Amino acid sequence: MSVANRPVHRPLSPHLQVYRPQLTSVLSILHRATGIALSVGALYLATWVIYAAASPEAYSLFQSFNTSIVGRIVLGGWLFCAFYHLSNGIRHLFWDAGYGFELKDAYRSGWIVVAVSLIATAASWVVGLRLL
Amino acid sequence: MSDLRSPLARARGHGSARDGLHHWWAQRLTAIALIPLVVWFAISLVMLSGADYDIARAWIGSPLVMVLLILTICVGLHHGQLGLQVVIEDYIHGDGWKLALIVAMRFIAVIFGLAAIVAILRIGFGG
Repeated sequence: MSVANRPVHRPLSPHLQVYRPQLTSVLSILHRATGIALSVGALYLATWVIYAAASPEAYSLFQSFNTSIVGRIVLGGWLFCAFYHLSNGIRHLFWDAGYGFELKDAYRSGWIVVAVSLIATAASWVVGLRLL
Repeated sequence: MSDLRSPLARARGHGSARDGLHHWWAQRLTAIALIPLVVWFAISLVMLSGADYDIARAWIGSPLVMVLLILTICVGLHHGQLGLQVVIEDYIHGDGWKLALIVAMRFIAVIFGLAAIVAILRIGFGG
């Protein structure tokens, strides 16, 4: 094996676990995680209209899962993911436009995203559970 | 810094991925469109908790809701598949697996999206 063909063990990027979690990094990871969860949840919500088009029996079967504890956690969790990804996505769009890059601004917008997504989630849960 | 690209490559502006800004721009465009759509959809979802069969169908089948729902499905799934493509590209390193997963993910998105749109149209037009 020539020197050129030998596998090169270049140093890898520092691993996440050597860093103390910071608001900015946690929110960044959460953006990707909620994006994945929303995509999977979108398939579940697509089955909602499919069941509604199928038959009353199929729809009531689907609704009985939605009103169960697991169903409430799935739908309530999807709502949190939606509100978080939405508000943090708006934060990303501001960055794309060139605003909010100062460290102080990144932290302030980060805490606004946390507050908005938690308040919106709490409000949706209160109203949703009352209507069930 | 010197630019190692040929003048033609720079003029085309497609970069190393041969795709230019298309992926980046489509992701932002769908994101902006989804701001009002997701707010509307989330509120609707909450207001419909516990809705029975007839109420749910009456809501899904009304003209404005049909338009907004189909729009949300198309834009949302497009945004989702653009995002998942980047996630797969980041974490799956074998070229074969990477391609297979991206293709499978796109097929699933299109199948579910189309099935949901057909279901909405059936409810709206009484099929």
